[in-house]
Amino acid sequence: MVEFKSNAASVEFRNVTKVYGRSAAPAVNNISLFIEAGKLVTLLGPSGCGKTTNLRMIAGLELATSGQILIGGNDVTRLPATERDVSMVFQSYALFPHMTVRENVQYGLKFSGFDKKDVTEKAQAGLELVGLSSFGDRLPSQLSGGQQQRVAVARALVLEPQVLLFDEPLSNLDAKLRRHVREEIREIQQKLGLTVVYVTHDQEEALAVSDRIIVMNNAEIAQDGTPRDLYEAPANAFVADFIGEANIFDCHIEAIAGDVAVVRVGPVSLRLPARGRAAGPAKLAARAGRIELAAEGAAGTFPGRLEKVTYVGSHLEYRVLTEFGEIFVVSNDVDSALQAGQDVGVKFAERGPVLISG
Amino acid sequence: MLHPTVVLWTAVGLIGYALLPWYGIDGNLFTFGWLFGGYPFDDDSAPAVILNLGGEKLWLAPLGALLLLPLALAGRGKSEPVFGYLLIAVGLVGGAWFLLQGFGIGLRGFQWQWLNALFGELGDRQFGMGWGALLTGVAFLFLFSLGLAARGAVGGDEFVVGAIVFVVAVVGIFIFMPIFQMLLSAIVTQDGDYSLSVFFTKFFSERLWGLDCVTGGPRCGVAWNSLFLAILVGVITTVLGLVFALVVTRSGFRFGATLRALTVLPIITPPFVIGLAIILLFGMSGIFTQGLAELFGLQPTRWVYGLPGLLIAQTLAFTPIAFLVMIGVVEGVSPSMEEAAQTLRASRWQTFVTVSLPLMRPGLANAFLLGFIESMADFGNPLVLGGNFDVLSTEIFFAIVGAQYDQAQAAILAIVLLFFTLGAFYAQRFWLGAKSYTTVSGKGDAGVHPHLPAGLRNTVFAVAASWTLFTLVVYATIFYGSFVRLWGVDFSLTFHHYATAFSVGWTEFGIHWRGSAWNSFWTTMQIALISAPLTAAIGLLTAWLLVRQNFAGKNAFEFGTMLSFAIPGTIIGVSYVIAFNVPPIELTGTGIILVLSFIFRNMPVGVRAGIASMSQIDRSLDESSLTLGANSWQTFRKVILPLLRPAILAALVYSFVRAMTAISAIIFLVSARYDMSTSYIVGRVENNEYGIAIAYSTVLIGVMLAVIGLMQLAVGRRNIGRRTGDDPQAAGWRSNVSLPGQTQPVTIGGG
Repeated sequence: MVEFKSNAASVEFRNVTKVYGRSAAPAVNNISLFIEAGKLVTLLGPSGCGKTTNLRMIAGLELATSGQILIGGNDVTRLPATERDVSMVFQSYALFPHMTVRENVQYGLKFSGFDKKDVTEKAQAGLELVGLSSFGDRLPSQLSGGQQQRVAVARALVLEPQVLLFDEPLSNLDAKLRRHVREEIREIQQKLGLTVVYVTHDQEEALAVSDRIIVMNNAEIAQDGTPRDLYEAPANAFVADFIGEANIFDCHIEAIAGDVAVVRVGPVSLRLPARGRAAGPAKLAARAGRIELAAEGAAGTFPGRLEKVTYVGSHLEYRVLTEFGEIFVVSNDVDSALQAGQDVGVKFAERGPVLISG
Repeated sequence: MLHPTVVLWTAVGLIGYALLPWYGIDGNLFTFGWLFGGYPFDDDSAPAVILNLGGEKLWLAPLGALLLLPLALAGRGKSEPVFGYLLIAVGLVGGAWFLLQGFGIGLRGFQWQWLNALFGELGDRQFGMGWGALLTGVAFLFLFSLGLAARGAVGGDEFVVGAIVFVVAVVGIFIFMPIFQMLLSAIVTQDGDYSLSVFFTKFFSERLWGLDCVTGGPRCGVAWNSLFLAILVGVITTVLGLVFALVVTRSGFRFGATLRALTVLPIITPPFVIGLAIILLFGMSGIFTQGLAELFGLQPTRWVYGLPGLLIAQTLAFTPIAFLVMIGVVEGVSPSMEEAAQTLRASRWQTFVTVSLPLMRPGLANAFLLGFIESMADFGNPLVLGGNFDVLSTEIFFAIVGAQYDQAQAAILAIVLLFFTLGAFYAQRFWLGAKSYTTVSGKGDAGVHPHLPAGLRNTVFAVAASWTLFTLVVYATIFYGSFVRLWGVDFSLTFHHYATAFSVGWTEFGIHWRGSAWNSFWTTMQIALISAPLTAAIGLLTAWLLVRQNFAGKNAFEFGTMLSFAIPGTIIGVSYVIAFNVPPIELTGTGIILVLSFIFRNMPVGVRAGIASMSQIDRSLDESSLTLGANSWQTFRKVILPLLRPAILAALVYSFVRAMTAISAIIFLVSARYDMSTSYIVGRVENNEYGIAIAYSTVLIGVMLAVIGLMQLAVGRRNIGRRTGDDPQAAGWRSNVSLPGQTQPVTIGGG
């Protein structure tokens, strides 16, 4: 049995910009990022945000217009795809239809200077790793979507690349298979200690597989952090809204004392982590589950009127009209007696509201 | 109440039987001259009912009786079994009797010995069918289809069943029947007997299959010549087509659009014109020959007549077709395949060899087979350039028009030719059809095609540039040659040829088309204008049936309708001469036979144009129209046709242009009254009047260029998902929507 070594290496972007043709707007605008070796990092964002372009620049399929790209500390900015030690799993899998599964997996090995025996053994080991060892003689067209996907993974893996790239690898699978395959990908990545860069526009998928997520918007990085950071402490309104759903409140920072900010939201005063903000008007984000409803006029609440109450089994959903506009609240207390039309007091949970930038 | 459609077709049938002249009349039906020539009692223009009442041609009487039967259905609903079965019976019996009497009784009484044996000598005869017979036949056809629809065929849709039955009938009558009759005549000896031994002697003769040239003899059999030439042309055009396609799509070449325009050349060039230009360049008095003779004292030879000249001319003529096919193929290779190969450490060259090229393999085979078929079918070039290198298509011609007039010999040669082209056609459709790697899928396919490796790129550029230059020289020669007084002897410039062919004078009656070419020019325009809309109509109708309807035997239907692509024009010409020279369908010498030959030669063009654009119209549009209460005819007319306007226009223009450039079938069918441009030009070439021939060709090319240009203006340029900027990476990535094999209908001049 051949063991796959990890050649995992870091990836670094230094002020990378990519402009297509004579287009005025850059597809990627002055981005710097660092991806540690052995980590799975996701590029997340709406379509057209530049995440795929980033991925293709790591692969060498696009060359950066300006800036520097380093893999394992070496400058690869000008190297074409062939000469980079990076392999990629394509959205369409891109399995060669005229070759068998085994030939597909052996393809890259043949160009990597291995002798015949190694090529055969490594390809077989790769197929075993993804559980397809008995499918080697089939043509890609004879496999299901999920199996094709795993062949594409095996084909990329057996090269023991410094970086493994995934371009929306699950988008052609059905919902049930998606959960299964993403767990498999994560498992293999952790077992072999690979550096993986993963592109998706599905926030749940990103939260589930990643060590770190880089959220992109309009060709720039919107936020970079662990899944928990992003969900619980979004840096701005875009991230707050793109990952999960958030209520955004206008607020006023009255004073900063070290790391703590005193924030006034309507009639309520809160003490929150300052996150580097200065006194003055600001914005506050709070998840639907981090807002509580209390009796009208209770201490530490601001007034609201229940517009709508929806029972969805595991929890109750409320729409509340307040001076900040309509807000969305989720409560696990399904036995609550609150009725639509009723006046209530709205309260922020202990941990939950965060200051965000405009 | 009688079902209205039954009323319609019964009425049509009865008009044919009781009102119109049953047999063919001299002159045009619509000038109504026949009304004053003794109608309805003169035998020549009498309707069948009058003949029968007078006790003549009594075998026509059952047809009239059968046409009255549907009237018994008055008051019966369409869903009653008797309705359908009666109509099917009337249609079948009537149609069968109609054909039986038509083929069984001819100019000399009974046509078949067994009829004589059964009934004795007939002592009467009949001529070719006319309008009356036509209407009656059509009525039986549609009564039959109506019956089928009433019994629930194809969901009981009258229009669809009628359309299918109609297309099958006309394809049967105008493609299969003539071919069949031609095949049959292969076993008829000069004396009119049937003989298999004579057939086999002729079929395996040295003339066809001799291999003398291998052992040092003067010449090989005609069949080997054709095969050898066709394989060479197929290989060379495929390679050149691939080279051009690579230049346009993979090299970052800036003027790809200009190069693409080259593909229009074979469409507008009458096939033998290239051959003419080759003679002007390399013939005995060609510029190259004479130049070399002066510079190096080389003795001018006739080397270009024969294989070398044919090879050059056909390669020139058919490379653009291969180019058109290969563009679709090269673009059809999904860019992410190639990108995947690159990320798997394959260099550009390795990617090209291991991924791009194998994925193009079916396309390459396709282009080869097309080139093969075109070369086999080519008639014009061998006619002007063949010399002693005989090929099948011209041999067929000489067997028919030459001093030998040997119909059986022509038929045998045609069988061999048909064997080759149909073999290639079959291979293309069935062997390749199963092997196509459609790598461009609907799935998100981000990526750009990589450029070629540098070495390959330079080679490809060099080859493409020199071939383009050569093509330009050839066309310049044609243009220039039309102004030269006498090529090779007197190079002074003159308008003399144009004046001879196209001078216009004034007389007291108005314009006088004095030039010698006007007659054939106007005939050509007239025939082309009549046949174009008919071709487009039947082509689109067939395409609609193929794309949108499901019925038993659809594959056979498709194969049959596309078959005439693979039948060389020469064979159509010969078989039309054989089949339509005698009753029941007597058409030789008329304009109708020209129109018919165009319709059925060019039908596949309309079918392909229709299929290509109809596949892009979502089925849900039809379905919503049907669920909104429209029937299939209304859906076809109100939804499909308006959306197909560009396809209709394209089919119209292509069939028009093909009608103007055709030569191979036409040359058998023209008559003094209906002479066509191409056959007129070939006549001039045979008389060595190259000047007029070239001038006329130039005019034709100009006319067709104008027609195509107008069409481009009208339709607008179709830009499907292509990036417009010069930078091939301008838009980064895209979904590639070019479908291999469906790019454009491949259309070429007459062939």
